[in-house]
Amino acid sequence: MLSKSKIFLRGTKDVLPHMLSVIPFGIITGAIGVEFGFDPLLVYATSLIIFGGASQIIFMQLLSGGASSLVAVTSVGVINSRHLLYGAVLSEYLEKLNLAHKLIISYFIVDQGFAESNKYIKKNKKETNIHYHILGGGITLWIFWQFSTIAGIILGSFIPNELGLKFAIPLTFLAVVIHDLKKLDHVFVMLISGFTSLILFDAPFKSYIILSPIVALIAAFIMLRLKK
Amino acid sequence: MTWLSIIISGIITYFSRMAMVALIDREMLGTKVKEVLNYVPAAVFPAIIFPGVFFNDFGSLVQITDPKIYGAFIALTVGFYSKNVIATIVSGLLSYWFIIFIILK
Repeated sequence: MLSKSKIFLRGTKDVLPHMLSVIPFGIITGAIGVEFGFDPLLVYATSLIIFGGASQIIFMQLLSGGASSLVAVTSVGVINSRHLLYGAVLSEYLEKLNLAHKLIISYFIVDQGFAESNKYIKKNKKETNIHYHILGGGITLWIFWQFSTIAGIILGSFIPNELGLKFAIPLTFLAVVIHDLKKLDHVFVMLISGFTSLILFDAPFKSYIILSPIVALIAAFIMLRLKK
Repeated sequence: MTWLSIIISGIITYFSRMAMVALIDREMLGTKVKEVLNYVPAAVFPAIIFPGVFFNDFGSLVQITDPKIYGAFIALTVGFYSKNVIATIVSGLLSYWFIIFIILK
């Protein structure tokens, strides 16, 4: 068994490769907010208060395009509702923590951190201090996200658009599911989710982000029933 | 008004992170639900990957010959055999850049 600080550092190390997408994405988020004409402090506040990449961009995009606050807030809620699924998966490993610790750790549950901690949990089932891995990954992602959005706010979009660094986002998430590609049942669920997202892409409030996982999980449920 | 929207969005987002961890008792989830939860990464991430690869910035489907499709295919192949996060991302980006800056130039 590893010490708490070792697990924390392991979490940090596990999310570091994802900085290849987090840093450019953060810079783009900060720069785009200023381009939309928002006060720099307000742009930064989205990183601190909302702390959810895609949802921040869409929030600012909608408001600058004249959408009502209600539409912007609803979109953020819909896009970020996927965290409910992460929480449901992680809750088993956080159960024994006291409420205050649960409340703190929750702020740091983010996509890449969840994905890497989930992988770590699968490989280290006996580990009792899993929450240090989640914190190590989450805090690292948080720090890089804050600094890269600030960099984008101050320096503007200094990464040339031609580089197409937005493409790093699908790649980073491809990298986290790649170890499941040998499992046919997981591949089946991935394909259902992926194709559903293409079909529902134009659904209101970017709801494909949560509807596709729901469809895919229902498919998983049916698949498990049929297997038995 | 914008500030209020940010704060409400932040509260909703934080609630989505916290609700299942702090408010739900694990006992409430049956074994069937737990089994299905194994598929959460497989169910969530493709909904981010597919649109990122198959749609362009204007929200329309890309051509089958789009550099992003080649990049994703290379990343998929490299990732599948290497099981390495950096190798997956870097191979995808490099092959994408190779196509747009060298082949298509």
